[in-house]
Parts: sequence; structure tokens; C-alpha cells
Amino acid sequence: MKTHWQILVVDDEEVMCESLAAWLREDGYVVDTASSGRDAVEKAGLRDYAIYFVDLKMPGGMDGIETMMQIRRLHPEASIIIITAYATVDTAITAMKEGAQEYIVKPCNPEEISLLVNRIIKVKNLQRENTILRKKLTRQYSVHDVISKNPRMQEIMALCGEIASLRSTVLIQGESGTGKELVARAIHNSGDRASKPFVAVSCAALAETLLESELFGHEKGSFTGANQQKRGKFEMAGAGTIFLDEIGDISPKLQVDLLRVLQNRSFYRVGGSEEVRVDARVVAATHVNLQQAVADGNFRDDLYYRLNVIEIRIPPLRARREDIPLLAHHFVERLSHELGKDVSEVGEGALRLLLDHNWPGNVRELENAVERAMVTCRGPVLTESDFGFLAQTAAPATAWAVPAGMTMQDMEKVLIAATIERTQGNIKEAASVLGIDRSTLYEKIKKYEIQR
Amino acid sequence: MKYLYVAATQEVEREALAAVTARVAAEFGGPVRGMELGSVDFAFDAERRQYGSIPVLDMLLRRCPQDAAKLLAVTERDLFIPVLTFVFGQAQLGGRVGVVSFARLRQEFYGLAANREIFLERAYKEALHETGHLFGLVHCAEPKCAMSLATTVRQIDLKDDAFCAACGTRLRRKPEGTQV
Repeated sequence: MKTHWQILVVDDEEVMCESLAAWLREDGYVVDTASSGRDAVEKAGLRDYAIYFVDLKMPGGMDGIETMMQIRRLHPEASIIIITAYATVDTAITAMKEGAQEYIVKPCNPEEISLLVNRIIKVKNLQRENTILRKKLTRQYSVHDVISKNPRMQEIMALCGEIASLRSTVLIQGESGTGKELVARAIHNSGDRASKPFVAVSCAALAETLLESELFGHEKGSFTGANQQKRGKFEMAGAGTIFLDEIGDISPKLQVDLLRVLQNRSFYRVGGSEEVRVDARVVAATHVNLQQAVADGNFRDDLYYRLNVIEIRIPPLRARREDIPLLAHHFVERLSHELGKDVSEVGEGALRLLLDHNWPGNVRELENAVERAMVTCRGPVLTESDFGFLAQTAAPATAWAVPAGMTMQDMEKVLIAATIERTQGNIKEAASVLGIDRSTLYEKIKKYEIQR
Repeated sequence: MKYLYVAATQEVEREALAAVTARVAAEFGGPVRGMELGSVDFAFDAERRQYGSIPVLDMLLRRCPQDAAKLLAVTERDLFIPVLTFVFGQAQLGGRVGVVSFARLRQEFYGLAANREIFLERAYKEALHETGHLFGLVHCAEPKCAMSLATTVRQIDLKDDAFCAACGTRLRRKPEGTQV
């Protein structure tokens, strides 16, 4: 859109100024003129123009170079084109050294000036698009925009802000669909690394050898098919963040390699002999209980401790049901734009159904359910019948049957573990729910080796 | 009643002028009036050996008849503005006066054999282009549209002598419409 861009033409000769301005206006730009360097600087102080055409020779003690320097003080990124009737190598060099983007000799070919303006505007459009997308991305993952009124989630988001600028490794644990990557991005975008890359790797998606090359890169000829050198994700992340999703699924060999990277902050590309430094912050995530995996001998304890410097446990959606209406409304609002459907509300009956559902797939499942309901709904309000598919997919609700052979102690262990999970590890609250005091609960936790 | 005027300087070939006037009248729905302008020698720049389009536009504004809604002049003289080596034409955006130069639309200008058909096609397109500016249209991104920017005759040749659907709609939405 050309009309958004404004151009300033600066020349003491009115005919020169007005004729170029008129020519550019025909091209759809909004063009202002200035008859002196001072006038130009004053106008630049009021607004930033996309392009400044500045005549080199102007009277009144302020020539084109001086005008350009003063404009650049106000707008360091300004695109300034110096125009002159007398081309010399010296003036061209001076203009370019002082920051002119281009230097044209008048009269110049209309095609030349048209291509020049188009090229600059194209770059400006890309820069603006980039800025908008970055802002959008930052907003999407900013800690302030995580939708939750659950106290535990709010604690997590506050923690994300506090740890954002540290280099310490973070381990995010939570069931599938709870938003582990969202939290990782929130950490990345809240700190000094926000402008650096965020590189996500799903460790479960690739075979061991492929993952090794994916993470650390490889040298040309290091294996069949390695036709050229390839940078790995650690190098791509640079001074940003590398997010290792499903870390619990990596092989024992990769666990050793990763441990070495975390200890030494360096690695070798596959088949390489040159040491590569690691500046990226590591944020890992898993849906499996890593502590249990360590106890079972499936995950190295030294790697677990290296990863678990800062631990974040995201509660499942069923443990924060108060967020369900909030999230449902948020998805309706967002998806109504994306799907182009005029849906504005979730009806009371539908909300009741959503609140009763167990959400094994967590927030992701809720988002998919809302989208599916919106695709098929006919009115502006999502009703219970729009979510009819939930009843078909939900596990049949049956009365809890006591398994045969269960002892009183087994029963007590299950009850305590379930209560602790429901209170999200809050011992005081769990003790209160169970009707016992805290010290008794601690004893029982120790006795039954219950994970908190 | 206001009219669209197509005026010509003294050296313009009358047959070509009649053809261009008819084309403009057909596109903008007439009635179109003619006008004689005499010479534009006052705009001659001896150093550049070309004619300044700014003084020509100034003259047109002074001589623009009371009943003229828009005045498009045609000339055989090669026009320029100070910052550019030449212009095919120039018009006040949304204003009253504009000018088209036939000089660079002729094959002879480039050392080629004269071709009347090619010349007239180019003349129609440039006349529509500058008249479009008079009605407030800016350059169009559609390369085939008469309002697309052409800085070479090759680009003029690639255009149609008609407005694209979007520019046509914009023209019809103007308060004065294309009927003047």
C-alpha cells in the first residue's frame, strides 16, 4: 500500500521540488516538500518519512549533507536519497559515508527513480511486516496473555518473567496439550533473548542418528548422504533458546551427548573435529515423569539434575477447571476471525458440558473441540448439541469399583496420591481435605513413597 | 455544463489529434471540445533542448476555459521536469490540466521506421493515462491497465488502451463521474 508511505522532497528550487513531488504523487505516495534544510529538519521532527529526496546544494548554511545528518539524528533508519546536478566522486563518497542510501544525478531516467523508490518501499514494507509479526508473536506468547485465573498457573507465569533473563536450564513437565511450548516461548520472549532465535526440536519425532545430526549438525561426508556441512539446532539457536520437547524419549547415547553439552557448553558436529560453543539457553519439556524414569533406570540421573535446575510443572486442565470457560471464550473469539464464522458465545448448557468433561488432551483438546463445534454450528451461540461429539468420545462414567485384593494400605496410598494431585502438591490443603494433620500426611507420603 | 477539452499545440498532426479526441470521448462519455493552443516555445530550455512541462501546465491553467472541467493538451514537443530526463506527459492529480507529449511515442524517435498504428495505440494509452490522473487516479499495480506507470515505450506497448476493472470502478465513484 503506497498511500501509507510519505515522502519528503527537499530542494530550494520550487520548480524542482514541486515537479518531483507531483511525479511521485501520481505514483500514489503522499508527498510533502521543504524549501530548505532547516524546513526539512523541522518537518522530519514532526513525522518520519519513508524516503527523503534531498538536494545536495542548498543555500542558507545548511547543504544536503548537513540536512541529511540532522535528519539521521532524528531518524537513524531514514532512507535518504541525495540529488545533485554536479556529480563528482568526492561528493558521492561523502554522501554515502554520511549515510545516504542512494545518490542520483539529475536529470535522471524516470525508470531509474521509479525502480529506486519501489525498491526502498519494498524493503520498508518487509520491515514493517516483520515488526508487526514480531509484535504479534511476542504478544501471543507474552506471560501477560496466558489465559488462566488459576493461582498455580499465575505463579508459573510470574516465575517465567523472573527467570526469563537467566541462563539456567529449565525443565517443564506436564501432560500433553497443557502448553509446555507456550510456556517455553513465554520464557524466551520475556527476557533478553526475545530478539534472538527460538528453536524448537521434537526429540520424539526423529530416530537417534537423525536427531544427533539435527541437534549438533554434521560435517560434509560424515555419513552417506551428508553432501554438505549442516548446522545443527544448537548452532541455529545462537544466543537464543533451544527448546527440547519430549526430552524423556531420547536414547541413552544422546543422553550422554546432551549431558556433555550442558556441562561443557560446547560440542562437536557429527564427523567434525572443531569445537562449537553453545550460547543458547536450554529449555526442555516432557510429558513423562522424569523422576520416575530416573528411578526406573531409563533416564540418567546426572542429566536429570542438569536439566532440572528450574522446574516448572504445568497442571492438567482438569485440575484448573475455572480456566475452561475463559479458554473456551478465548478460542471462540479467535476462531470466529480465523474461520470467518459469526459465533460470539458459548451457551450455558455447552459450558456445563465442557466443565464436566475430563479433558485428557488438555487445552489442545479443548481448542480442537471448540473449533469442531464452530465448524458445524449454525447460530451465533455454541450449544450443547454442537459439542455432542464429546459425549461419544468420553470414557463411560462408571462407579468406581474397588479392585479385588486391595488392602487398606493400598487404598490409603491411592487416596493420598489422588488428593495431592488434585491440590497440585499443596500439602496443607491436601491434609485439610483428608481430615488429618500435616505431620501425619508427611509421614504417610514418606511411608508410601508418594511422588509430590 | 462543463466539458472535457482536448487541446493541441500548433505542430500536432490534426488527424492524430482527431483520433485521440475520439478515443477520449468514447472512454469518458463526451461531450469533448477542441481548442487551439498555438506554440509552446516559451517553455523551451536551450540547454536541454526540451520543453518544460511545468510552464506548459501553468499556461494551460491560465488559458483553461470557464466551461472546462478538465483540459488535456497534446503536443509534439519533448517534455521534461528538472529532475527527470523526460516525461511522456504530466497532469495535476485530481486537477484541471494535463499534457501528453507525442514526441517519444513515435518509432522515428528511436531511429526506427515510422509506424502509425503503433504510434496511435501509444497516444490513446497516454491520453487515457493523463486524463485518469485528472480524475484523481494514481498509478495502478496491474501492468495491463492504462493507469500503470510506464517509463519506457515498451511498457506502454504492454498496456491495454483501457482501464482495469478496479480503476474503472474508482472512476465511476468520483463525484463528478466520468461524465463532465
